[in-house]
Amino acid sequence: MTTADYDQASLPDLLPLYYRRLFPFSQYHRWLNYGGVTKNYFQNREFSFTLKDDIYVRYQSFSTQNELEKEMQKMNPYKIDIGAVYSHRPNQHNTVKSGSFQALEKELVFDIDMTDYDDVRSCCSGADICPKCWTLMTIAIRILDRALRDDFGFRHCLWVYSGRRGVHCWVCDEAARKLSVAARSAVAEYLSLVKGGDETVRKVVLSDPIHPFITESLTVVEHYFSQYALLGQDILGSKESVDKVLALLPEDILFLCATFHMIFGVHTKGHYFEMEIMLQYCYPRLDVNVSKGVNHLLKSPFSVHPKTGRISVPIDLRELDRFDPFEVPTISLICEELDQPKTEEEQDDTMENENKKEAGDLLVSDYKRTSLAKYVKVFDNFLEGMAHSRKGEVLKNSGECNLYP
Amino acid sequence: MQFYSRRKKLIGNSQTEQLYGHCLQFYGQPPIENISLSEFETFAVDRLKLLKTVENLGVSYVKTSELYTKKLDADFSNLNFPYKIEASTKDDRKPQTGPSEYEKRRKDHISHFILRLAYCQTEDLRRWFIQQEIDLFRYRFNDLPSKNIQDFLQYNNLHYHTISIDEKKNLMDKLITSSFAVSGSTVEGQDFYKVPFQDALDLVRTRKVYLNGGYVYIPHQDIVTIVLNDFRTRLSKALALTARSLPAVQSDERLQPLLNHLSHAYVGQDYSIQKSIGKISLEQIDPLSAKSYPLCMRQLHRGLRDSHHLRHGGRMQYGLFLKGIGLTLDQALQFWRSEFVKGKVDADKFDKAYAYSIRHMFGKEGKRTDYTPYSCMKVILSNPPSQGDQHGCPFRHSDPELLKQKLQSYKVSPSGISQILELVKGMHYQLACQKYFELTHSIEDSWFSLNHPNQYFMESQKLLGGPGAGVKVEVKREDNPATKPPNPSPHQTPGPGNLPQEVAAEITEDLDSFFQDA
Repeated sequence: MTTADYDQASLPDLLPLYYRRLFPFSQYHRWLNYGGVTKNYFQNREFSFTLKDDIYVRYQSFSTQNELEKEMQKMNPYKIDIGAVYSHRPNQHNTVKSGSFQALEKELVFDIDMTDYDDVRSCCSGADICPKCWTLMTIAIRILDRALRDDFGFRHCLWVYSGRRGVHCWVCDEAARKLSVAARSAVAEYLSLVKGGDETVRKVVLSDPIHPFITESLTVVEHYFSQYALLGQDILGSKESVDKVLALLPEDILFLCATFHMIFGVHTKGHYFEMEIMLQYCYPRLDVNVSKGVNHLLKSPFSVHPKTGRISVPIDLRELDRFDPFEVPTISLICEELDQPKTEEEQDDTMENENKKEAGDLLVSDYKRTSLAKYVKVFDNFLEGMAHSRKGEVLKNSGECNLYP
Repeated sequence: MQFYSRRKKLIGNSQTEQLYGHCLQFYGQPPIENISLSEFETFAVDRLKLLKTVENLGVSYVKTSELYTKKLDADFSNLNFPYKIEASTKDDRKPQTGPSEYEKRRKDHISHFILRLAYCQTEDLRRWFIQQEIDLFRYRFNDLPSKNIQDFLQYNNLHYHTISIDEKKNLMDKLITSSFAVSGSTVEGQDFYKVPFQDALDLVRTRKVYLNGGYVYIPHQDIVTIVLNDFRTRLSKALALTARSLPAVQSDERLQPLLNHLSHAYVGQDYSIQKSIGKISLEQIDPLSAKSYPLCMRQLHRGLRDSHHLRHGGRMQYGLFLKGIGLTLDQALQFWRSEFVKGKVDADKFDKAYAYSIRHMFGKEGKRTDYTPYSCMKVILSNPPSQGDQHGCPFRHSDPELLKQKLQSYKVSPSGISQILELVKGMHYQLACQKYFELTHSIEDSWFSLNHPNQYFMESQKLLGGPGAGVKVEVKREDNPATKPPNPSPHQTPGPGNLPQEVAAEITEDLDSFFQDA
């Protein structure tokens, strides 16, 4: 078992440890500072904290990494959200003339939540997930990541496990951060194929011509479909679920289809029932409202999920098919791992840490000794990628060699 | 801009040649030269005439149709605005009659900025101005040959580059499947532009375009929409900025009255004074209503005769029309009184309640504005009729079934009726009325562009040789009612310097209120 038993009641004890020794502040600051290219970018960023007893505080902002650390270690938030970069320091927003305090930039974000798929998953419902339906997230990440990269040209997409039942995507390209509300909404709609609420039976409607985006997405779905839907979800395994599938087909086709072989062999000109069914069962369902707002607050990576204790960790896309949400460490696990006797290597690190502490340098977290390490590495790689791009931009613009952290 | 009366100064050629290097522009930079007051005014009024034409034609014709383009072409060259690009490239250096291409472009440039001053003040004015300028821009842009479009885009920092033929071939399948409107021949026959997706959000949102690497690939036929959106955004922002700096401009005494007049001007005939005044007798009204009235007025007259009453909206629309066809105040009073008295209103009550408002229409009461008859635009767009009302435009406001019945009762042929109904379905109300004119006068083609009920009447009378034809409509200059001195003389102007008569702008309360009540 990789999760030491987690109990929400122990959070008040675990959080101080987490924020003092495990939270990767250095990388976190490196991310949100974006190379220091824009003045006050970090200082004008809004954070919000959910404290014990559900106390919620907005408009938190910090001048330096140190200040952020001190404050988090003092408040020990149960949850951390990241908001927009504003025109002024959020913690001073009351002193600003009304109307002048504006949200200027923010990453383009997406939130995929498993509960939005309840009408098409048979294994779980609500907040529960299992390995069978987790495939939906895998499909969602593949489809969206491809589209964001190939269609929109975004290169820095950070995918994060939310800690319970979904994933988030943070698109960190400069162009993405500068997008207007209208643009964000347009991107989200471009990526939406499943439309309709409880009253809508047929949620995917395709017509000629089939846009390349749909074709590409279908390729991904088809790759996973037989494994996922027919076997895992067993959508044709019971009369009830067969009925659900058949409900998506128009009357005149139904009488032709007696068995599932025929269902997937029938093509009527101009109609795409096969494709529609697959998409309805598998295509990502995103909440446009989350993506639209420049000032929308979204759960921060490396935040703890109070209900499950799991850390919101970055997902390594190169190992996507092997990602297991049940392997993601909980806060209790990693705190426990801290107490383990140190290896020699780790002892050297600790010495280094002690020296640094004496020298007044910032502490390097002990996360390396825990299961959190590999996820921080993913984050490091992501940050390297962005730094590399920034260097490239600068070279392009100035013709000089300029090194940015 | 600096203003000096009666002095013109031209900046050196090279600078301005660059500024006016293209016959179409985005109006990004304001003019920086000196200009005389009279040129200031001429330019402004001419452009206003042009925009008014754009507006009228836009209501009557489909905006990209050949008929529309032809009519707009004619007006364009008449008003000396920069015209077709082929003409301009040939005659730059040749001596010719009339203003040179350069001068036309300069006029285009300056007049646009002057009108910005006049039309930035209220939301309605801004909306109107932007709409006409966009239509004008679209017309001129569609006229540009491909190379000039590229030049234009580049010059205006719109980084929309065309893709090579090879790239087009590679992307052929993707381009076709991305958009319903794009076929193989479209890809082969047209240029495709690479546009950043942020500039084409509507196409992205609905997934109607091929998107790759953050760029959408748009065929030439659609690049207009993108460019227009850009133009609209720029102009909108610019007008908002202009509005903020307006107080400074308005403090200049020479400009303030003119700018006010411009934003309230209806440049064109308004049928306020008729040479045929008094030439129509009351007995002629019934036969005239059947022969020469447009449908709206025929309906109103019928309603009046049948119920011996009309509500306020109907009284205004019909009453002013009657004034326009030449009824005198006394005739009007007699006409209305005799009809109302047949109904529930006795003579006394009429004199007390209704006579006042008729005199008001003729400018004999209250602030004594001589009201002008409603144009088609006003009838169609403002004050829609409700239950019990007879006013409005039947092509716009009547239920198509009822309209059909009415036309049948007026003995319009079935094929004629269906033609009219087709036009109504396409929202071409004035064209429908024109068709009605053609059918009731048994002619093939009407030679005029209908935009006023009195114009309908006049043209009909001309055709039939009737008394209401009039010889020429006098264009009378009237002051803005707000600044009107107690005893107005047609040649007096507030402010220094008289405005020459030939550029006199017509100010009417009619359009004043039109702009305000939308």
